[in-house]
Formats: sequence, structure tokens, C-alpha cells
Amino acid sequence: MGSTQKYRVLIGKPGLDGHDRGAKFIARALRDAGFEVVYTGIRRSPEEIAAAAVQEDVDAVGLSSLSGAHMRLFPAVVEALAHAGAPEIPVLGGGVIPEEDIVALKAAGIVEIFTPGTPIDTIISAYRDACEKKSTG
Amino acid sequence: MTIDRLLEGLRQRDPRAIGRAISLVENGDESAEIILSSLDENLVSQATILGITGPPGAGKSTLTNEIIAKLRHQEERIGIIAIDPSSPISGGAILGDRIRMMQHATDKDVVMRSMATRGRLGGLCATAGAAVRIMASCGCSTIIIETVGVGQSEMDIIRLADITLLVMAPGLGDEIQAMKAGLLEVADILVVNKADCKGADILAMDLEAVTRKGSATPTQVCMTVATEGKGVTELLDRIDKLDSEHRDSGERQKRRRGAHNQEVLDWCLEILRPQLLDKIIKRKLSVLGDPRLKAKKILEEK
Repeated sequence: MGSTQKYRVLIGKPGLDGHDRGAKFIARALRDAGFEVVYTGIRRSPEEIAAAAVQEDVDAVGLSSLSGAHMRLFPAVVEALAHAGAPEIPVLGGGVIPEEDIVALKAAGIVEIFTPGTPIDTIISAYRDACEKKSTG
Repeated sequence: MTIDRLLEGLRQRDPRAIGRAISLVENGDESAEIILSSLDENLVSQATILGITGPPGAGKSTLTNEIIAKLRHQEERIGIIAIDPSSPISGGAILGDRIRMMQHATDKDVVMRSMATRGRLGGLCATAGAAVRIMASCGCSTIIIETVGVGQSEMDIIRLADITLLVMAPGLGDEIQAMKAGLLEVADILVVNKADCKGADILAMDLEAVTRKGSATPTQVCMTVATEGKGVTELLDRIDKLDSEHRDSGERQKRRRGAHNQEVLDWCLEILRPQLLDKIIKRKLSVLGDPRLKAKKILEEK
């Protein structure tokens, strides 16, 4: 990473659950790994997240959901980004997500899914890969 | 996005193009010159640039959110540049000012950008200045620069503003804090936010006592409760009045010239820094001797 080129990511929570410990933990870990993290907080609509991602020109969007609504909300963000003219911004997600849902989410365009127990280094390198791929693609 | 498509996007005021353009300028991309020279200078000179500064927790973002809401009632298109510090250790940053302003996220006429200081000395001023011009050229008639008011680089950014608000709140320290911050000298309006909290009246009185009285541009004190939108209309009226006074008296033009000179200086330093470092490294200087003398010698050589 050059001295002037910084990866910018957006971390947000779509939907109605207010458990933001995970999102904040990821935000801090990414900051400590040298990322610029735009944190949008809890209870955001997919459209709000997409609009913010476009204005902030982020290299990746990270979503967190602990309510079980990930099957609807995560793909909705992917769609909202495409609708906002930014289909190339990769979306990553984390939360309490069952194995069988992960396959479906990846099929719906989510690049990576993290679950409780995923090592933080794995998460950071997944974000780095996603950002790199976007800026070279 | 090709440069032609980007320029066309800027003409269309497309949020994707605005976001991209600011990134390219921020990252020092070669296309920055083309972007910045394509802007509508007329709109840039007409826009009002509002600086909002103050200690963490004073309520700057919440107040900014209320100001946006009020200005949107008047159908204005608003730009916001929210600056947060980068970590000196990792270089990373948490940019969290959006949390308080998400109600405007899907409003196409609210253009917001978070910016990290990236440890640049003056470079941030140049980048923020460029972002202001991009937003103004894309139709934003008011542009708010929000920054934590500590440190020299933040003070330099505030110089970009036509009108500067210093936001304070009771319970964050006594008036001596305000006196030593040096911010009082650059602020036009002192805002006592959280005016419904204990100690707000005393803080306002203390601030009244340290305002620039008798100056050609006296400081004013305003009270607000940003979370309830109280006092914000009165604050905006004051800002409007002050802005038109400054336009009439030539103060605004004077400030713009000062800020412009500062930005040009910043760019000079940005361009010179790598060149000078290169020269210094090539000389393989000994670690002994006076660094200042060596610097003068390097600058003297053609």
C-alpha cells in the first residue's frame, strides 16, 4: 500500500438489531490494520448504506447482522449498490449465520461471510483482498 | 471510470462521480489536475463555506445534522466534509461523523464526505480545499467543514471557511480551556451547545468575557440544544447576517485570498517534499553537523 493510497471501507448494520459489538470490533481491527473505516452505526436501510458507500467512494462494504435477517438484508445491500451505480463495490458480511445460508449468500453476490470464531487475521486479509481486487479490476 | 465519463458525471452532479473525484484528488492521482481545472469557478466563488470546530463530544455532528435539516427546508444543496484523525501508529482511522447524519443519507442534495487527516501536515488543507471546490462546482451552495479543533492542521483547515463556529458544551472544562486553545481567535460565532445542561449559562457568560470585543469582526455567542433543534434557526440567522456583512465589507474576500495563498503554499510543499527528500538521500549526509545549515545549502543549489 502506497503512502497516499489508503483502503476505505464502510462498516454498517442493516436492519433492526442493535447488537453492534461485532461491527465495532471489526471496525477497530480494520483501523488498527491501517484501513480508513467509515462507520455508519446501527439500524440502516440497504439504500442508506449504498448511498453512503457511493459518496464515500469506499473500496468495500462490511455488514453485520445478528438478528437472522441476513438472507434478506445482505443481498438487498448488493442490489442497492448496483442500483446506485456501484455494482463493483464488494460486500462482505458477518454474524450468526448458519452453514447452509453461506452458500446462498455467496451465490447472491456476497464476497465473504464470517461467523463467530473466524480469526480476525482471516477477516482483515479478506477485506484487503476484496479492496485490492476492486482497485485493480 | 474513464476521465471523460468522470467529468461528464461531475457535470451531471452524479454522486458516484463526486465521490470518485474527491478520492482521486485525495490520493494525489495524475487526473486531479484535469478534474480541478474543469470546475465551475463561478459556483465556487458564490458558495458559503462554514467551518464547525470544537472539542470531541461538544455536539458538532449533531448540530451539523440540524443545520443540514434547516437548510434543506430552504431547498439548498449542501456539502459536508467531516474530518477525523488518522492513527499515527497504524495509519488507519474511524470516520464516525456519519452516524449522527444518517437521516440525510438518501437525500440526493446532501453530499457528504468523511476524510481522515492521514498525518499530513498541511496537505489536508489542500485536499479539503479541493473537496470544497468539487462540491461547490456540483451545486452545493453551502459547504460545511467539520473538524475536531485541536492541533495546527485542523486550525489550517478552518482557515478555508468563510464563517467559523466554535462549538462548546458545559462540563468539558472551564473557560481557561477555551482561552488557551487559541481557537477563539479564529471563531466568528461561539456556540454553547447542550444549553439545557447545568453550567451552560456560566459557560456562555465566561465566553462573553473573552470574545473579541471592539474588533472589526467581533465574536458572538449563541446557545443551542442540537438534539432538539433548539436555537438552530437563530444560529443560522446570525450566520446569514454575518456572511452578508462580510461580503459587503470585503472581509470575505480577504479571507478567501488568505486561504487561497495558504492552499497554494500547501501544494508547493506537497510537490517539493518528495523532490527534496530525494536530494537529501542522494547526498548521503553525515549524521553530524547542523541540519538547518544543510537544509539551507540544499535549497540554495539550483
